[in-house]
Amino acid sequence: MNEISEIKIDNKPPQERYYTYAYLDEQTKRMIRRAILKALSIPGYQVPFGSREMPLPYGWGTGGIQLTAAIIGPNDVYKCIDQGADDTTNAVSIRRFFATVADVATTEDTAKATIIQSRHRIPERPLQSGQIMVLQVPQPEPLRSLEPRETETRAMHAYEEYGLQYVSLYENISAYGRIAATAGYPVMIDERYLMSPSPIPKFDNPKLDMSPAILLFGAGREKRIYAVPPYTKVRSLDFEDYPFETQTWDEVCALCGSDTSYLDEVVLDDQGNHMFVCSDSHFCAERRENGHLGPLAGHSLAQKSDDSNANRVLQEGIAK
Amino acid sequence: MNAAAATPLDLSTLLPGFSEPARQSQSCFRLIMDATALPGSISDFADLCLTPPQGIDKAAAACLLTLADADTNLWLDPALRNSESENWLRFHTGAPITTEANTATFALISSIESAPNFGEFNQGDAKYPDRSTTILVMVSSLSGGTHLTLRGPGINDEIVIAPRGLSEKFWRERDELVAHFQFGIDLILSAGSQLVSIPRTTRITY
Repeated sequence: MNEISEIKIDNKPPQERYYTYAYLDEQTKRMIRRAILKALSIPGYQVPFGSREMPLPYGWGTGGIQLTAAIIGPNDVYKCIDQGADDTTNAVSIRRFFATVADVATTEDTAKATIIQSRHRIPERPLQSGQIMVLQVPQPEPLRSLEPRETETRAMHAYEEYGLQYVSLYENISAYGRIAATAGYPVMIDERYLMSPSPIPKFDNPKLDMSPAILLFGAGREKRIYAVPPYTKVRSLDFEDYPFETQTWDEVCALCGSDTSYLDEVVLDDQGNHMFVCSDSHFCAERRENGHLGPLAGHSLAQKSDDSNANRVLQEGIAK
Repeated sequence: MNAAAATPLDLSTLLPGFSEPARQSQSCFRLIMDATALPGSISDFADLCLTPPQGIDKAAAACLLTLADADTNLWLDPALRNSESENWLRFHTGAPITTEANTATFALISSIESAPNFGEFNQGDAKYPDRSTTILVMVSSLSGGTHLTLRGPGINDEIVIAPRGLSEKFWRERDELVAHFQFGIDLILSAGSQLVSIPRTTRITY
């Protein structure tokens, strides 16, 4: 595990580079940095910013990458996850991007990371003071599905007019008997701004409340940045008689046996067999290393990802 | 608006800015971001290699080199206008110098006595509160003054700061402005190489 959790790619020395440090030009970084400071000063408020064209399509994390590029430095240790997993295509390519353009050490270990960029999960291991969580956001406006006009939603935030959101939750209860939203569950920041926590499962919402880490949210296509400073009250909306609840499972993780983590269902064959595994791949691997065994321990899906081989290929590519 | 910029710069006496702009502005930004995310905590720029002209604190100078550019109007208090400091800031940031407080993105105040009422600065728009002025106030020291207890987002329970040279009237004026949240001004206090950030959400008891 240690050899994959401490990947460091040795890059060319900075003077041989044909682009600015951390990819974005300095003027763009300053603009994003100013937006981050205002976002931290007005928690939950969406700051417009001049989102740039990035070397990957919208929806692949352009907002998160721009945030990371504006804050990252050579002393950082960078982790990137996609739906909890360190070894998916999107996570691996973004991690390599920053290893290449920003000379940073990368890791899969949540505890060692100083910047964690994520698409739709917050790691199971509690975040620490000094860490920065960067979340990729597709739709920053929690009210957008209820009110399509930006001019109107701006006004609703300005006047703290959130009745429509409560009506929508109430309609959920009348239709389904419960609040059916499972991801991107709306939250109230410091009892003032309604915010979309990005499409993290509502299982992760309690991790936002009074978190010791800085939480930054970036939406590249929608050109918005917002933030939650550490130790800020984050309340998931609910009703007295329908309190906020997170997802629960009857199963435990098939590989590590965890009964406290967020589980993904994996279809195994076309005979209807399936298993539940931790969505947080590093959390699960660490538990297995510490001897925790689930009912399907040793299954082929428990094999380590071979990122070290991929890195070798990448380095050969750079050498050419 | 840009009358001050009409005077030509005297480059013969100009001090250098960042020697490595990309790296230094990144490390400075992280200190500023940490300070803003954790109001009341002190960020120290002692390790930064920068000699600003007389009249500007190292921390305030680092802030403006990191954040100000041609897109941000900079308001300077009368004591700093037409000074070596103004030339230095104009040259290294390219920020237009403004004398109209309500158009300023950043304001740099060296003497709180000669500063205008904070209400004259941009308080932001109801729909765009991020457009408000960020005010940098240089004080003599961040310790040894009256004790202030801060609470709010970014603060685990409470934190005490004691900047010197700011009267109770100053804090009462700030309280009145930020009472109209989401409007309000975001303050950065600097002394020497240190700074502390007090965004509009911070609640202060004194």
